[in-house]
Amino acid sequence: MLNYLVKRLISTIPVLIGISLLLFFMLRMLPGDPAQVLAGQMATPQEIENIRHQLGLDRPIYEQYAIYLGHLARFDLGRSARTQNPVSQEIWARLPNTLLLAVVAMGLACLLGIPAGIISALRPYSWIDYAVTMTALFGISMPVFWLGLMLVVLFSIILKWLPAGGTGGWQYVILPSVTLASFVVAFIARMTRSTMLETLSQDYTTTARSKGLTEKVIVVKHAFRNALIPIITVVGLQFGMLLGGAVLTETVFAWPGIGRLIVDSILARDYPMIQGTILVFGLLYILVNLAVDFIYAFVDPRIRYD
Amino acid sequence: MNPPEAPLLAVRNLHTRFHTLDGVVNAVDGVDFEVYPGETLGLVGESGCGKSVTAFSILQLLRCPPAEIQGQVEFEGVDLLGLDKEAVRRIRGGGISMIFQEPMTSLNPVLKIGEQIAEGVRVHKKMTHRQSRRWAVEMLRMVRISSPGSRARQYPHKFSGGMRQRAMIAMALSCRPRLILADEPTTALDVTIQAQVMELMQELKKEFNTAIVLITHDLGVIAEMASRVVVMYAGKIVEEAPVREIFKDPRHPYTRGLLGSIPVIGRKAETGRRLQEIPGVVPSPMEAPPGCRFHPRCSEALALCSTQPPPVIRLTDNRCVRCWLEAGDNEKKTSDFV
Ligand SMILES: Nc1ncnc2c1ncn2[C@@H]1O[C@H](COP(=O)(O)OP(=O)(O)O)[C@@H](O)[C@H]1O
Ligand SMILES: [Mg+2]
Repeated sequence: MLNYLVKRLISTIPVLIGISLLLFFMLRMLPGDPAQVLAGQMATPQEIENIRHQLGLDRPIYEQYAIYLGHLARFDLGRSARTQNPVSQEIWARLPNTLLLAVVAMGLACLLGIPAGIISALRPYSWIDYAVTMTALFGISMPVFWLGLMLVVLFSIILKWLPAGGTGGWQYVILPSVTLASFVVAFIARMTRSTMLETLSQDYTTTARSKGLTEKVIVVKHAFRNALIPIITVVGLQFGMLLGGAVLTETVFAWPGIGRLIVDSILARDYPMIQGTILVFGLLYILVNLAVDFIYAFVDPRIRYD
Repeated sequence: MNPPEAPLLAVRNLHTRFHTLDGVVNAVDGVDFEVYPGETLGLVGESGCGKSVTAFSILQLLRCPPAEIQGQVEFEGVDLLGLDKEAVRRIRGGGISMIFQEPMTSLNPVLKIGEQIAEGVRVHKKMTHRQSRRWAVEMLRMVRISSPGSRARQYPHKFSGGMRQRAMIAMALSCRPRLILADEPTTALDVTIQAQVMELMQELKKEFNTAIVLITHDLGVIAEMASRVVVMYAGKIVEEAPVREIFKDPRHPYTRGLLGSIPVIGRKAETGRRLQEIPGVVPSPMEAPPGCRFHPRCSEALALCSTQPPPVIRLTDNRCVRCWLEAGDNEKKTSDFV
């Protein structure tokens, strides 16, 4: 098991290099000149040239990438072009906020989505199933930023129950995490429904029923336990969606997380910061899916890693 | 020959319909039979005749598409079809338990074998967790699984097909039911394992005096295990007889087809090849032919057979057959009223 973990961790390195490579060259295809942005509108061509030299942007692009990769190997993400602070320091400062939001949102999404999916699977094609399906469809199709704004209008401006943005106590977490959860809850509910429909019609469920077990035990202990693997898979995959959603949600709610940091750095053409934040998102996604693979082994006795 | 006692199970005029998107499927179409305490009743017929649906209907285990079950299923004098869900649940696994055909899919892959036996015991026997776990180990020992203590803590994927079916038998017997519905319990197993499992069932049945409805399409198994036989074709029972008589003197052409063209006593061993000897296949319940459902495949069919459903002819106290060939002239004339 430990061997397997080490192997998997090592195998993330090429993936991260791939991400960094794509990111590096794609960023440089973006219109806009970071030196120009940094120097401001009034700067002379000479000033811009100086800044460009400072940032190393006057060297050939492959050389720039080689230098970047060299720093990366020493876990050095460079300094922000905008604030001059080390990129890693800024990311560390904001990471807990984003993780808090993601975890609360995912928790909410599971708490709502899984029971909703189970209930619709127990009564397929009933009004409650249609209600869940419609709500899910609504959730999937609604743009995150729009839902966020609507929630702000309703709960902050009209009802004045919750703050419209910023950080502080738990009341600041509610609106952004609900917004973010709406993004993934629908997928979780749909996946739970279809998997439960399948496990409920399996032979072992009939066996369980033939033993005279109560319906609750049949559904939870027999059908749901077998449905866990696909549900966990979806939760893992949706975590990527959550990170994407965090960019929008954090912007709408002025939430000081990595998502907003990405937006701010893109606007400023702050290459080191963009590269660092997106790399961290990539790493998070890989780690979550690694964790999912290990959870499999606990849920399904047939799965073993050696 | 019937034991004089009251039947343990009496199925009367059982109809089971599935409402599917393609239409109504009459899988079981007016089935009557009785099971007496401690006896083994063989239920035979080719695949698709409605044997499984009959068994599943008894315990109301058909879920989707919604099955409509009509008639009476009297178990110890109580009609199970009239009971509420909670009362039916107490019968399942307690009074009547079931052994399924597919050992590979019938056990829950994520629960330990011991727990899968113990959970049923806890429901019906009011035992604590610890007592039920010990009970489960004893049950595994009884079905001759070696080192039952450690086996009980394993998951089904560590068990071979034969061992899973033994575990299934342990599970079915764990609450000492009066009746077991065994739906082709050995069909999915290797031939050598089949014999072992059958032998085990036979022994345990004697020990606990459990009645068994043994569903199979293998008449060799019936010859060894059953005391009476019910032959089913396309949702109906076509012949019922004590086991010795059905081998000696099968009266329905379908039974004769199942047995092979010349039935000879003492040729039980060769019974494996019989199934190929009837030309054609079982009609799907949605396109059942008019008259006798077997007539398109019957070499002895009369003109009447293709238009009029045959009546049930009682031959002796414990034998009856649903066939025009056995009917007297009187019955043929009044067939309009059948
Ligand atoms: N859930 C179902 N929905 C529709 N038709 C079914 C269903 N289950 C069984 N049938 C049909 O009922 C008939 C009898 O099936 P079954 O009882 O399984 O036969 P067997 O004698 O082989 O056990 C078959 O024609 C089958 O197609
Ligand atoms: Mg069957």
